[in-house]
Amino acid sequence: MNWNNGIQILIYLVVLVLAVKPLGIFMAYIYEGRPAGLNVWFGPFERWIYRVCGVKVEAGMTWKEYAVALMIFNVLGIVVVYAIQRLQVFLPLNPMGMAAVTPDSSFNTAVSFASNTNWQGYGGESTMSYLTQMLALTVQNFVSAATGMAVLVALIRGFVQKQTKTLGNFWVDLVRSTLYILIPLSLVLAVALVTQGTPQTFNSSATATLVQPMKDSAGKPVTEQVIALGPVASQLAIKQLGTNGGGFFNANSAHPYENPTPLSNFLEMLSILLIPAALCYTFGFMVRDRRQGWALLAAMLVIFIPCLLWSVQIEQQANPLLARLGVDQSATQFQPGGNMEGKEARFGIASSSIWSVATASASNGSVNSMHDSFMPLGGMLPMWLIELGEVIFGGVGSGLYGLIAFVIVAVFIAGLMIGRTPEYLGKKIEAYEMKMASLVALIPHVFILLPTALAVLIPAGKTGILNPGAHGFSEILYAFTSAAGNNGSAFAGLSANTPFYNIALGLGMFFCRFWLIIPMLAIAGSLSSKKIVPVSAGTLPTHTPLFVFFLAMVVLIVGALTFFPALALGPIVEHLMLNGA
Amino acid sequence: MKKTNKITSLFDPSILGPAVIDSFKKLDPRHQIKNPVMFVVLVGSALTTGLYFQALFGHGEASPGFILAITLWLWFTLLFANFSEAMAEGRGKAQAASLRKTRKDTPAKKLSKPVYGSSFTMVSATSLRKEDVVLIETGDMIPMDGEVIEGIASVDESAITGESAPVIRESGGDRSAVTGGTRVLSDWLVVRITANPGETFLDHMIAMVEGAKRQKTPNEIALTILLVVFTIIFLLVTVTLLPFSIYSVSAAGHGEVISVTVLVALLVCLIPTTIGGLLPAIGIAGMDRMIQANVIATSGRAVEAAGDVDVLLLDKTGTITLGNRQAVAFFPAYGISVEVLADAAQLSSLSDETPEGRSIVVLAKQKHGIRERQIHDIEAKFVPFTAQTKMSGVDLAGGKEIRKGAVEAIENYVKIHGGIFPEDLKSTIETISKSGGTPLAVCENNRVLGVIQLKDIIKGGIKERFAELRRMGIKTIMITGDNPLTAASIAAEAGMDDFLAQATPEAKLKLIREMQSGGRLVAMTGDGTNDAPALAQADVAVAMHTGTQAAKEAGNMVDLDSNPTKLIEVVEIGKQLLMTRGSLTTFSISNDVSKYFAIIPAAFVGTYPALKALNIMHLATPQSAVLSAVIFNALIIIFLIPLSLFGVPYRPMPASRLLRDNLLIYGLGGLITPFVGIKLIDMILVTLHLV
Repeated sequence: MNWNNGIQILIYLVVLVLAVKPLGIFMAYIYEGRPAGLNVWFGPFERWIYRVCGVKVEAGMTWKEYAVALMIFNVLGIVVVYAIQRLQVFLPLNPMGMAAVTPDSSFNTAVSFASNTNWQGYGGESTMSYLTQMLALTVQNFVSAATGMAVLVALIRGFVQKQTKTLGNFWVDLVRSTLYILIPLSLVLAVALVTQGTPQTFNSSATATLVQPMKDSAGKPVTEQVIALGPVASQLAIKQLGTNGGGFFNANSAHPYENPTPLSNFLEMLSILLIPAALCYTFGFMVRDRRQGWALLAAMLVIFIPCLLWSVQIEQQANPLLARLGVDQSATQFQPGGNMEGKEARFGIASSSIWSVATASASNGSVNSMHDSFMPLGGMLPMWLIELGEVIFGGVGSGLYGLIAFVIVAVFIAGLMIGRTPEYLGKKIEAYEMKMASLVALIPHVFILLPTALAVLIPAGKTGILNPGAHGFSEILYAFTSAAGNNGSAFAGLSANTPFYNIALGLGMFFCRFWLIIPMLAIAGSLSSKKIVPVSAGTLPTHTPLFVFFLAMVVLIVGALTFFPALALGPIVEHLMLNGA
Repeated sequence: MKKTNKITSLFDPSILGPAVIDSFKKLDPRHQIKNPVMFVVLVGSALTTGLYFQALFGHGEASPGFILAITLWLWFTLLFANFSEAMAEGRGKAQAASLRKTRKDTPAKKLSKPVYGSSFTMVSATSLRKEDVVLIETGDMIPMDGEVIEGIASVDESAITGESAPVIRESGGDRSAVTGGTRVLSDWLVVRITANPGETFLDHMIAMVEGAKRQKTPNEIALTILLVVFTIIFLLVTVTLLPFSIYSVSAAGHGEVISVTVLVALLVCLIPTTIGGLLPAIGIAGMDRMIQANVIATSGRAVEAAGDVDVLLLDKTGTITLGNRQAVAFFPAYGISVEVLADAAQLSSLSDETPEGRSIVVLAKQKHGIRERQIHDIEAKFVPFTAQTKMSGVDLAGGKEIRKGAVEAIENYVKIHGGIFPEDLKSTIETISKSGGTPLAVCENNRVLGVIQLKDIIKGGIKERFAELRRMGIKTIMITGDNPLTAASIAAEAGMDDFLAQATPEAKLKLIREMQSGGRLVAMTGDGTNDAPALAQADVAVAMHTGTQAAKEAGNMVDLDSNPTKLIEVVEIGKQLLMTRGSLTTFSISNDVSKYFAIIPAAFVGTYPALKALNIMHLATPQSAVLSAVIFNALIIIFLIPLSLFGVPYRPMPASRLLRDNLLIYGLGGLITPFVGIKLIDMILVTLHLV
């Protein structure tokens, strides 16, 4: 690893960790309803929203009521996004006259944005009207993120309360997440990005005359270029902050307008992990034991940092095929070296690798380079990180509650190993919690492996493959992994905008989002009704390096054991063949 | 103490033989379905058996020999798991059998009226029903569990407790319960039968050890859920591997699609068969260890809960202190030297064989150098203690009469002889009483010489045991009827965390409820009827076998030794049970890593030769690799049977150190062991030219 890569990684991690505490405390204050600036100034507005919507702020919801409210809200969201796409041709703010989106693509996109996945089977600038982008997609970017955060907060209340039936009010948690956390942060980031050159306009595309005319595939001369514009910065900010990842442009953050400068790149990379990391602190703060929050963050970093270093190392290495042709792939003053295929020259190896690892671990899914073009193992890393269950940072809210499901499994095994009925934060973990936590661990596996198996058997699946052989297998596996992990990043190289993929991926995204949320809320409800066991010398401490390590091992083992055979037939064999052949 | 019902040898042929037969009987799918992990193995074994016959008589997917080898080892996996369960049950049964010997059908004297002396008829014990009344005389066997309503007798309970010293059973009070199968050694008892045949304590005990009544405990259920989820995940992994293989073969253009036999082998290797197979044995063995500690638990749930206890309520008398008090100091009356008092006290106690009396003789010797004399050497006459006089003493040759006894008794004695009780001793007596001691007054004729202080003596080693408990994270609370001052001093001396003084049944119940509402799990021991409400409320309640029927019914465990510190062992056994399950689960899952490295390259090297690089163990051939993994997977169950029967040793230490140690042994060990094991088996297979 050269010093350039090292410094980039170091600065990134240091800034990230420094931001955790202030933002974490702020969010805890917001959820606990303590005065924290913003909620004082906008309090009247917040209360006005509740009055208009008829939300009874003080009325707590049982976990079932919470789940029903959440489902109604999200299913409604899916219907609205579907309808807007299908009707966009009749709706305003469509200067380019975009046609109605196909039913299967609309379904896929509606589920994709409501489930915080933001898988995009379409090309944004050539499919969606400005209204669709803003009213349907950007709105979902906010509320899908807020939904994840609400579930986490309900779960935290489950740990904090004792012998209580209710988990708080979904509508209040939703409004507070959006109003005080997501909107202000997005506003700041959007303005920062505009200063770097990201467009924010309702004007239609610009047309430029080419300095150097070209010929198109039919041999006709091309003299003009259409440059897509739009309200980019506003969607971009929440796409990064809310672990959404659905770009305004098809090229996502590899596009110069989505990501103009190294500074914008750094800010966007930081935004990917900012809220998921800070929520760990919020967790610790709200359960009144900050060490627990730091421990969860540490467990994430224990897996994240080695992946980061490994990814940079893999990508910085020379591609053996090119090396055999005598191409110089070493890092010099004039070139970044390593595997630069599919990467932006502006960002180089380190920024591309950091982004790929961050976006995969955080269930974000935005890209600034093409994972398809990474070295086989470099491409495997993001895929595998998603397969770990999107719990290493993971989606906003969803990553942490997913990790807590793993914590439940970990304390269960650890508890048995020390001869005690397992408990976490004083709450006994019993058969019911195990059942629900097991569902959370199991469901993504089902929706990754079964559809992949189906896709490699039937023609509708195989025709989408652009690259034959093991790489083609990786492409399909990656697509379903991304959908099940609610990640949304694509390996590229798979033509997934077909009815088969749109529907199969759509179902994967839906079930892996909501079939995980419901068991998590059930756990929250069950924990909330339990007593809190006082800490004694016999209690397993869950903030120690030992437990952090054990938790990381549980996450790794479950992920590694499940996907090793599939990965062996995809990226691993590709890697072995590339280096051996 | 002699324990009659203890089995230690693992290789007792009388257990091994039936266990082997049972392992085959247990192949019944109706039995296997109760254990989802092993049921999957059963289905897999049946499938490969079918594939073997297909290969034998037609076009098989692989050579019949290879399929047969895999199939046989899959069946062995099942048999080994069944064997472990049968072994655990066999050991339980052996204990039950030794208990059953006591249940020869004894004749019983059924009384026509529930009073001693009424006429009786001889009937068979099995015809007795609840509420019948029987007479039991010297040498008779007690026919059924019951309650003494009249009489007092010494009873030999060694058949149940293994304790050879006879115990006293009498009507009323806390020693009125008798157990069927025990024998009256002297005197007679009139007993009201409290259980119908098949419902007695002994029946219950036999059913427990035989495992007939075994229900899954809460933690076992939670663990089973986890194991089922792992099984489903690995089922998904192996099932989807077939399409992946089909695609890979067509993409690579060569090689063969993975065979169903290898898929089944992979599945069985990956699912947690080690813990799945041993899980029933672990549970039964846990119950068994309880019985070896002479504790009968009414449910596995109670055993498991014992491991979680955070508060222990212990009675002071007999548990923390010796039942008897001992002399610790002499306080002479005004004008009398301490040597005179000590000398008189020793003389009065020379023939007093009670522990208190012995302790006075010893104290006089140790503190004041007064040599022990023989009572007939000094021509003295011993006056023994009676309930009427409440004193004992000696009449010496010169007309000197020395008495020692309760303060009131001596006061009366002195008054009768025309003396007075000195006022200055009153304050000393008060101080002794207040500090939890008992004062004994000593007089010579009508002159009071002074008082002896008797004090509770903390049992040897008990302080260390409480320290041990504290290290386990268990808080100890002493329960006593003493005043708070006394209680505090004894609790402090014994190193207990807290005490409940002047305890009434209501106060005990309240304390337990308070603890429980604070989220704690409470264990307590008790024997009296007045303990019953508290026992019923406690999460783990150990009733003394000598206790009343009410106490036994309220508790969820009965200690046959009636040893209140047994709770500590109970807690350890409970912890051991959970630890064994946890450790073997970790071991089982860690094993999977190596099995992948054995089977995945073997299965796909034909399609992608580059995958040879994953064969890091350098196993000889694809067949030997798959077979070695399957054989290892089966053999490890056999190797771990002793561990599952005896349990993972528990040492009191902080939770995180315990976790670290067990993770190193079973986690890291589980990761490394199979690499070594599979490679060894592969080498043996190659050497023997079996593949």
